[in-house]
Amino acid sequence: MSAIQPKVSEPVSDELALVQAAKGGDVSAFEELVRRYDRNVFRIAQHITQNREDAEDVVQDAFLKAYGNLEQFQGQSKFYTWLVRIAVNEALMKLRRRRPERMVSLDEDVKTEEDSVPREIADWSPNPEQLYKQSELKEILTRTIQGLPPSFRTVFVLRDVEGLSTEETAEALGLSIPAVKSRLLRARLQLRERLSRYFQRRESGDVKK
Amino acid sequence: MKCSEFLQELTNYLDGVLDDRTKAELEDHLAWCHNCYVVCDTTKKTIEIYRDSELYELPDDLRGRLRSAIISKCHQYKKPQEKL
Repeated sequence: MSAIQPKVSEPVSDELALVQAAKGGDVSAFEELVRRYDRNVFRIAQHITQNREDAEDVVQDAFLKAYGNLEQFQGQSKFYTWLVRIAVNEALMKLRRRRPERMVSLDEDVKTEEDSVPREIADWSPNPEQLYKQSELKEILTRTIQGLPPSFRTVFVLRDVEGLSTEETAEALGLSIPAVKSRLLRARLQLRERLSRYFQRRESGDVKK
Repeated sequence: MKCSEFLQELTNYLDGVLDDRTKAELEDHLAWCHNCYVVCDTTKKTIEIYRDSELYELPDDLRGRLRSAIISKCHQYKKPQEKL
């Protein structure tokens, strides 16, 4: 079995030049950075907040905060990693505001009943995504990932959906590398477990429920 | 190798960051342990499905509105400094 192929990211060689220009007041250079990453920030924000309006606010607030604090960006990390860190913090603040009854923290070490011991070991259909209509599939995937604790969901989205490396994810979330790896493993296994009920191989002639 | 040990290394295996020896041990385990093979294969599919799912794409019209709002605020942000 081969390893997962990471998403190919755009070249970032000119990125420092854009950041430098933006620092000097060139708004069009900053606009180029917005164009590059607004989709990513929106996806991350919506995965964390699970709310469209909040995600829109996070996109605006994160970019404006980045713009206002460009002097703080020293170029030791990628601009994108720095931006993601700002966006994740903004998104978590939104989530806490909506759910004040529950402290939402990336540090929580969640113990869940199902945790990481696989129970559902049935094989899946060869092309599980073709078992459902596109809209049904999106509904299933959305509901399933929303059931994860925020700290697992966030690590999974940054690593596996957005394609950040383990080190970049650790940096963006202020977590240690072992903490990222542990959360990622549990997130992947829990998602797998929950999706199994939808994607199991069915006998021919079975009617989809 | 026990199944629990395999599971601990699953993420490193799927990310392709194991040394050759550990990778060979895992693949030896996968060759005879059907359960771990299924867990490994379906975990890989889970990741691929989410990665390709395009959940929460930013619609073009909203994207344009957000960018205009951001850029207009950036211009305002710079104005006080220009007066200095």
